[in-house]
Amino acid sequence: MSLAHRIIPCLDTDGERVVKGVNFVGLRDAGDPVALAVRYNAEGADELVVLDIAASRDRRPTFLETIRRVAAELAIPLTAGGGIRTLEDGRAVVRAGADKVTVNTAAVERPALISELSREFGAQAVVLAIDAKRCGDHWDVMVRGGRESASRDAIEWARAGVAAGAGEILLTSVDRDGTQSGFDVTLTAAISGAVTVPVIASGGAKSPAHFVEIFRDGAADAALAASIFHDEVQSIRTLKEFLASSGVEVRLAC
Amino acid sequence: MKITILDYGAGNVPSVERALQRLGVRSHRTSSPECISKAEALLLPGVGHYAALVRALDEKHLRAALIDAIHRGVPFLGICLGLQVLFNSSEEASELRGLNLLPGTVRALPPSVKLPHMGWNQIEKKRETSLLSGIAPGAYFYFAHSYAALDSNAAAASCSHGAEFAAVIERRNIFAVQFHPEKSGDSGARVLQNFLRLAA
Repeated sequence: MSLAHRIIPCLDTDGERVVKGVNFVGLRDAGDPVALAVRYNAEGADELVVLDIAASRDRRPTFLETIRRVAAELAIPLTAGGGIRTLEDGRAVVRAGADKVTVNTAAVERPALISELSREFGAQAVVLAIDAKRCGDHWDVMVRGGRESASRDAIEWARAGVAAGAGEILLTSVDRDGTQSGFDVTLTAAISGAVTVPVIASGGAKSPAHFVEIFRDGAADAALAASIFHDEVQSIRTLKEFLASSGVEVRLAC
Repeated sequence: MKITILDYGAGNVPSVERALQRLGVRSHRTSSPECISKAEALLLPGVGHYAALVRALDEKHLRAALIDAIHRGVPFLGICLGLQVLFNSSEEASELRGLNLLPGTVRALPPSVKLPHMGWNQIEKKRETSLLSGIAPGAYFYFAHSYAALDSNAAAASCSHGAEFAAVIERRNIFAVQFHPEKSGDSGARVLQNFLRLAA
């Protein structure tokens, strides 16, 4: 009896439609968020993440409507974010039905955002998303959709974010994202070992073996992927069966 | 039957409403003591900080009405913080008093494990409880908390994350779960359904 490793499909949206790109560029349409949410819920996803990667002010109402429609279909936790800059932005996604809010660029620029959200909703509702890119002997925090370096060490930022009140880290390897060459095990193990909160590994997943590796060697508490689920390269059900048979504790839907 | 959900302003009320809706049950939110006094069945959902819940119960004058309804035998279901507030107090805000309907103090889970205890975990039945009727052994439930009732005699089922704690409480008309049934897929729906049957 112990905590199961979580499999989390991620819906990157332009507010309304699911999109996917390689290394954060070259976006293409990957489907309707509600239809995908229904499918993943039925397949045994442990949680769902919905991000607004366009995060433009005028499309925000559309994104909130997407969260409402997705939340209505789910009996599992829902995390939402993308462009969360203020406490009020966070309140809006929680009111729309999200259980957790992810913050990224705005939190790097103003770490108090993490504390404000944590005080209002509790640490368990605040997910600090960190986009990390290898830079010599360390990893740099990247902001603005992974395009710009914040000139900050990812391990140091993860620790500071947790101290500020984040209850979970969503760690994306910018180097691996979209490459399907496997999760960044070294990065994930480094961050997971440095913080006291759960870490969700993201970026680079393709094969079931990649997931075994990130749980076993990367010390990830959860693993997130997008296109391999959307494109049906991998079904969540068979992935979880594979993990269970490899000795990784997962929740198998009956 | 209609379920009255205590809306204290910081809870996960919409998710609970949606979960009840999926089960075909009518519910309404309230933050008034009069509505609590008239309720047929009460549900207290909760996420966030213990202090926010306790302060809201007092500021909205809900404490007395709630305790009175529970003493009269109105079926009550507490979720997450709604379980923790049943005890005397909590280490999360030790200056505040809980509802004191169950003896003991809610404590922090040990720092030897990752906190919050977040995700799907299994529970172990300690004794028969109608809340878990029809739930297969080994079923998973979704947890998201850092504090817990570590040594409650009222526990009908326990869970373990660094330490053993009460996952399900059943005492007379008082039912409570540390996990989120509204987020726990089919097993969670079953727990809610069991409560609805007990309350009917």
